[in-house]
Amino acid sequence: MTPPYGGVFVARSTVMDAAQVQRALTRISHEIIERNRGLEDVAVVALQTGGVEIARRIAHLLFEIDGVDVPVGTLDVALYRDDIGLRPVMPEAATDIPVDLTGKVVVLVDDVLFTGRTIRAALDALTDFGRPRAVQLAVVIDRGHRELPIRPDYVGKNLPTRRDEVVDVNPEGVLLGEMRK
Amino acid sequence: MTAAFEPQGPRHLLSLEDIGPDAITEILRLTDRFVEVNERSIPRVPALRGKTIATCFFEDSTRTRMSFETAAKRLSAEVLNFSAGSSSLSKGESLRDTIETIGAMGVDAFVVRHRSSGVPEQISRWVGEGVSVLNGGDGWHSHPTQGLLDAYTLVEHLHGGAGTGHRLDGVRIGIVGDVRHSRVARSDVTAFAAMGAQVTLIAPSTLLPASLEGWPVEVTHDFDAILPDLDVIALLRVQRERLADGLLPTMQDYVEGYGLDARRADLMGQGTVIIHPGPVVRGIEVTSEVLETHPRVLVQRQVANGVAVRMAVLFWLLGSGVDIT
Repeated sequence: MTPPYGGVFVARSTVMDAAQVQRALTRISHEIIERNRGLEDVAVVALQTGGVEIARRIAHLLFEIDGVDVPVGTLDVALYRDDIGLRPVMPEAATDIPVDLTGKVVVLVDDVLFTGRTIRAALDALTDFGRPRAVQLAVVIDRGHRELPIRPDYVGKNLPTRRDEVVDVNPEGVLLGEMRK
Repeated sequence: MTAAFEPQGPRHLLSLEDIGPDAITEILRLTDRFVEVNERSIPRVPALRGKTIATCFFEDSTRTRMSFETAAKRLSAEVLNFSAGSSSLSKGESLRDTIETIGAMGVDAFVVRHRSSGVPEQISRWVGEGVSVLNGGDGWHSHPTQGLLDAYTLVEHLHGGAGTGHRLDGVRIGIVGDVRHSRVARSDVTAFAAMGAQVTLIAPSTLLPASLEGWPVEVTHDFDAILPDLDVIALLRVQRERLADGLLPTMQDYVEGYGLDARRADLMGQGTVIIHPGPVVRGIEVTSEVLETHPRVLVQRQVANGVAVRMAVLFWLLGSGVDIT
């Protein structure tokens, strides 16, 4: 679930169903293998909390396609955010990077790419775990409204949105709606 | 988004009784995150960049001050150190003037230790709006971060961490020593009880508070009898001044009744752990032999967790923006 915060999410339309999400993740997995000419040195790092389930599924697909078990980590970027003091920020979930990232190709995974500020924080956090050879970004939904020069490498679907809309990626698919009080 | 966020009221940590069980649980849960940060090869996050924290210790302390300072630096905050001995206080400046002078330098939080109970609370009324005061130990009153780090250390020992709602339900904890003159004891009792533990105070009557009204504890004077039933032995320092006060006839009497020696260590249950807030007076509350050879002395974990707990508290007060009342 992406900002704005508060209220109850009310879905207005289904953007992708479960089968469409699965096909998108399969395509993304093929693209990761193609782009990196295999999976040697590739590590997947999921952004807490929305990216975790997506990353697990991508890692599973990578194994099915190429037979390689890539390391999967999780990253909570709360302590690296640039809006600490501007809104409530709590590190809610575990950071667990199981391998030294120096020399790796890190594929960051999140559910929705919006302003880019979470990814900015994630790039900062990653440097504390080594110096990756490259960092790539995979997202299920790119909803636009970037506030920083950040772009995804792998996209499930480009979804034009209004700023006040909310995109919800869940196991049944992707919903577009808004928060109501 | 940002317009909807309104800064909260005063954000202080004066005692654990003040913040209550829910906040205690929340801080311990948050501590897991900072334990992980401290295990990294670069144990530093930018969370409190631009904040300034003044440690004002009007009473000697090495570990608490260094622990707070380390915690603040690992959150990328600036740290100002003030010690009473080398300050204008010794030239006759009042406490209030000292605090206001430091405050005028642009401080976001004061960490205060003082030999008199209530000084941190007093200071919290002098500081400007939006400035936090953290109690680093005041008189016999309170030492909230010690209570938090002791509780965290026990939860971590039993469950590996506090983040998934792990608690101390049913854990039997004996607090042994000079409870009466201990700010640690009071904060430990509150923290342990908040996490569901059963606490027994073990001390001679002269070293217990005059009134235990409102303390969620039982009391015994018979250490040997209760020892096999305890899961945790929380030792407190027993200062030699207590002899001069006439509260102890001789140190030897105390050691015989309440000192943790090899004989008593043999009476401890399988898995029972020993904690001590430090500094340890060897040969009184515990022998060197037990301290050095017992397999379940958690003193080093307490020190390491002290940094993480203080990072959690500092972030909770200065960074999180969550409602703390």
